Amino acid sequence: MDMNAYLSMFIDESNDHLQSLNENLLRLESDPEDLSIVQSIFRSAHTLKGMSATMGYEDLASLTHEMENVLDLVRNSKLKMDSFIFDTLFKGLDALESMVQDIVQGGTGKADVTAIVASLQSIVKGDYKTTGASAVPAAAASGQQSGGLLDEFQTSVIQQSIDSGHNVYYIEVEVREDCVLKGVRAYMVFDLLGKNGDIVKSEPSVTDLEQEKFDRSFTVFAISTLSQQELETQIAAISEIDKVSVALLDLESLAMLNNAASKEQAPSAAPASTPASAQAESSTKEEAGKQVAAARSQAAASSAPAAVSKTIRVDIDRLDALMNLFSELLIDRVRLEQLSSEIRRNDLTETVEHMTRVSSDLQNIVLKLRMVPVDSVFNRFPRMIRDLAKSLDKKIDLVITGADTELDRTVIDEIGDPLVHLLRNSVDHGIETTQERLAAGKPETGTIHLRAYHSGNHVFIEVEEDGRGINREKVLKTAIKNGVVTEEQAKQLTDEDVNMLIFAPGFSTADKISDISGRGVGLDVVKSKITSLGGNVTVDSALGRGTKFAVQLPLTLSIISAMLIKLGSEKYAIPLTSIVETGIVQRDQILNVHGNRMIHFRNAIIPLVSLSKVLDSPDFNEHNESETEIVVIRKGDKWAAVTVDEFIGQSEIVLKSLGKYLTNIEAISGATILGDGQVALIIDPNALIK
Amino acid sequence: MGEELKVIVFSLAHEEYGIEVDKVRTIERLSPITRVPKTPSFIKGVINLRGIVVPVIDLRGRFGLTESATTENSRIIVVAVADMEVGFIVDSANDVVDIDTDTIDLPPEIVGGIKAKYLRGIAKFGDNRLLIMLNLSEVLNKSEIIQLEQLEV
Repeated sequence: MDMNAYLSMFIDESNDHLQSLNENLLRLESDPEDLSIVQSIFRSAHTLKGMSATMGYEDLASLTHEMENVLDLVRNSKLKMDSFIFDTLFKGLDALESMVQDIVQGGTGKADVTAIVASLQSIVKGDYKTTGASAVPAAAASGQQSGGLLDEFQTSVIQQSIDSGHNVYYIEVEVREDCVLKGVRAYMVFDLLGKNGDIVKSEPSVTDLEQEKFDRSFTVFAISTLSQQELETQIAAISEIDKVSVALLDLESLAMLNNAASKEQAPSAAPASTPASAQAESSTKEEAGKQVAAARSQAAASSAPAAVSKTIRVDIDRLDALMNLFSELLIDRVRLEQLSSEIRRNDLTETVEHMTRVSSDLQNIVLKLRMVPVDSVFNRFPRMIRDLAKSLDKKIDLVITGADTELDRTVIDEIGDPLVHLLRNSVDHGIETTQERLAAGKPETGTIHLRAYHSGNHVFIEVEEDGRGINREKVLKTAIKNGVVTEEQAKQLTDEDVNMLIFAPGFSTADKISDISGRGVGLDVVKSKITSLGGNVTVDSALGRGTKFAVQLPLTLSIISAMLIKLGSEKYAIPLTSIVETGIVQRDQILNVHGNRMIHFRNAIIPLVSLSKVLDSPDFNEHNESETEIVVIRKGDKWAAVTVDEFIGQSEIVLKSLGKYLTNIEAISGATILGDGQVALIIDPNALIK
Repeated sequence: MGEELKVIVFSLAHEEYGIEVDKVRTIERLSPITRVPKTPSFIKGVINLRGIVVPVIDLRGRFGLTESATTENSRIIVVAVADMEVGFIVDSANDVVDIDTDTIDLPPEIVGGIKAKYLRGIAKFGDNRLLIMLNLSEVLNKSEIIQLEQLEV
């Protein structure tokens, strides 16, 4: 079988399972008594094990297997979770993650996991408390561990058959020692079972049996119409069969068998030889009941995804291609609209109007297709905060709200790192140590809120903690020391200005440099990254009560609303997001302050920027006009008025890059194609405000 | 006998030049060009090439020859080199010919006012016609543009 075809599916699904393992372990840590969480952890681990074994990633499978053993004991209330077990499981998860990463990078997914495996095994044996992890020898349990264990799918098949009243048997067959054609005998058994029912699983696998890759005995799970007695006689009637035992399975014995099999493998790869029914009898009724319930919930979970899986995974490149094609359609649409308004034929106009409506619906859908919930970024944070808090010996709760808020895929891909920076910053600098918090009369546990929500054409992501807040004096002292501002300037800064200073390059107020943050690289990187995404970051802080970082991001990066303007014969687009308003100024309203031209605007004096000068316009000069159209733009809280020749109107434009040959052109952020097929450049308003 | 090389022949200031066919995306008639401010004067601007924005440079200007007004025969040859798509304005694009790589000689220091480093060599073909082969990656060398910009400022 060509595994490559399944590789990407394997990677996707492993990541999903690792993520849910991570989440559930965290949940379990806060609520160790909740066994239903253990169940779902167990299921994820189990599926992951099955998948990796199928794909031939032995190390991955064996490590998952060891983790499963531990979880199994917990699930059956034979082991109580404690911090050592949690840490070991988390370590195991990290190892699994790095193995999967290795596979993603094209590696073999091999890793040395003996230390973690040893700790896990010592937990299973229950001697970790006395001997410690290192003393346990790494048993050779990696190779053939899958014993008589059924995977989730097979379990559910069997359960369904039992539920619908079929006979399910666990059959052990031993061929005679002097048997010449073992494979043929095995085949005959299979043939017999196949004629009277169905084979769910065999151990060793059918192919191995056919190639005689087994010693003398093999086991089969089969559904059959025959009775136990009939089956036993018929199999025994096949020549050269030495021994056969047929056990009827019911739900209880099935659950027992599953658990027994997984437990048995821990010390060595012993064959599953005890008949299942015997085990079922030996266990107390109470315990059996519990396990049936467990097995049922397992079955329920395995059938649930089938019902909800109305989604498909699509390659992001295809979505990009769709987006590009749609952009071209949009250009043609604008062109058609122009033509129809020139030609003025009713039926043409109607058709074009209809097409406009359809295409704007289409635009919504195409844009929505690219939307991903921010959860795909947020979901790794709880674990990160837990680890950080542990390493800093702080107590921190992370509260996430609005994880279902959707953002364009391109923004999602870029926003992860800045958020990591902000959160690390909050944990390290924001939240105080436990002692400090108690001394300040605050609850021992600090809280970080991570919120995401929509507002207009933007998505806001906020990181808010109830920590120590920004200390104005300390920030100013550092800023002056690092030469970010002078002492004179410092006196005039408002509190907001001071807060923004922490985004200045090379700024860090942490007294000591820590692993987590405090090297003075970080917040300025955060700011430039977010700005490059067309977003904005602000900070709000109260000393002693906490700090809030608010990140404002555009919903999408590919289609924007813009104001089209004319400058002589040339057309330009100004993104609507940075336009405050448009207006007209008379020549005599323009003031000259220190050689800079300024105008009065809403009780403020703002600079007047000549677009024709900035862009070296060949055929427009506003000095020849007695009144000039202006566009008032904004960058943060700085405003400026930009003089233009004429407004054309507002339009949805498709962002196009200028290509790799033309890069870093002053005041130009890209290009778009207008309805008449001409290229118009998009002005970068941020470059116009100094 | 060397390998056969298919070459697009175009003319620029009465000389014939060649670009390998596999580097050429398309040859277009002149379409309206949108000026891009703050760029060297030989960068004429950008055009819409079926939905893709492509920068266009005037080869005469790039080589420091006198620029002339475009005519009915002027063409834009769009080449793709190292992830970049760039259009060249040329006086006319005439022909596709096969040349033998063995006939390509190293260029002399200066040909028709163009520095040798922009040239790959000179090929003979047909009835004693000479074809100047361009070294595209050098023509599109960006670090040189930055130097040029600094000179202009």
